[in-house]
Amino acid sequence: MSYQIQEYATDVERTRFAPRQMAVYLLMGILFGIILTKSEVVSWFRIQEMFRFQSFHMYGVIGSAIAVAAVSLWVVDRMEVSPRQEGKSMLGRGVKAVGIRHIAGGSVFGFGWALTGACPGPIYSLIGAGAPIMIVVLISAVGGAWVYGHLRSSLPH
Amino acid sequence: MDPVAEPWPWYVAGPLIGLFVPLMLLLGRRRFGVSSSLRHICAATVPAGARYFRYDWRREGLWNLTFVAGLVIGGFVAVRIIGHPDAMSISDATIDSLSRLGLTSFDGFVPAEVFSWKNLASPTGIVTMILGGFLVGFGARWAGGCTSGHAITGIAELQLASVVATVGFFLGGLAITWLVIPLLL
Repeated sequence: MSYQIQEYATDVERTRFAPRQMAVYLLMGILFGIILTKSEVVSWFRIQEMFRFQSFHMYGVIGSAIAVAAVSLWVVDRMEVSPRQEGKSMLGRGVKAVGIRHIAGGSVFGFGWALTGACPGPIYSLIGAGAPIMIVVLISAVGGAWVYGHLRSSLPH
Repeated sequence: MDPVAEPWPWYVAGPLIGLFVPLMLLLGRRRFGVSSSLRHICAATVPAGARYFRYDWRREGLWNLTFVAGLVIGGFVAVRIIGHPDAMSISDATIDSLSRLGLTSFDGFVPAEVFSWKNLASPTGIVTMILGGFLVGFGARWAGGCTSGHAITGIAELQLASVVATVGFFLGGLAITWLVIPLLL
């Protein structure tokens, strides 16, 4: 019952750069950034509001996003949308193992999310939206990923 | 007032966000998620011998790096071209709670009193921006995803692992909000 989206480099992307395909991703990013910013998901104040249970807004955003995404995947699966690349299906099946990484890493992420009022997407959009100070947060986040990459063999997963 | 310049409600933004899962899948055979960009940036700039950063980041991650560049532009477009009110539409209760903790300015997306270059020299600034950012990056990569990869895509895939991660996100966030933020502000 659980899906696993199967990434598969499109033929066009096998050439590694593929400018036209990259233009599509750029446009998608711009649209997503607009949505995150216009709905104030990027706002530290909104995240505080969420963690204080003082508004439905963020729960509504996340909840309806999940619902729409879930139904969409079900539709993609049902329609057996034909993958144009070598007969590989877009949605595999299988349950990913639940590990310590999910609850531990998740909690650590949560600490940062409440402190900065931003998850990665909003960090990027805030830089464009007039809060260049968030570049410091971005560099710190890259630093966190870097340290993780070097420590991971010592961490439980 | 112009409905586009006004803040967008959850029932507009949420579904649009959710549509990015099938959109990225159909347009590029990609699994929607943002935190992997942090890994790709490390791999592209300072891999420093870690196996985690040894992979073809151009092939696996260039799409994602392009996407997050778009996020930056999108933030700009939203404010400068579409326009957005100075003050967020947050609840009075939140303004009240945060006022009690010492915040006085509620304009802008982030509190200017906390998120300022000057504040980088203060303990509050260091904890909020530098430690906070560090924890976002470390935690997201340890968990294997952030709100986009786990809370939205992963739960849409009906993966229990993503539900657990999301529970973690909230437990961590609640702990900081209720136990640490009051001490910081």
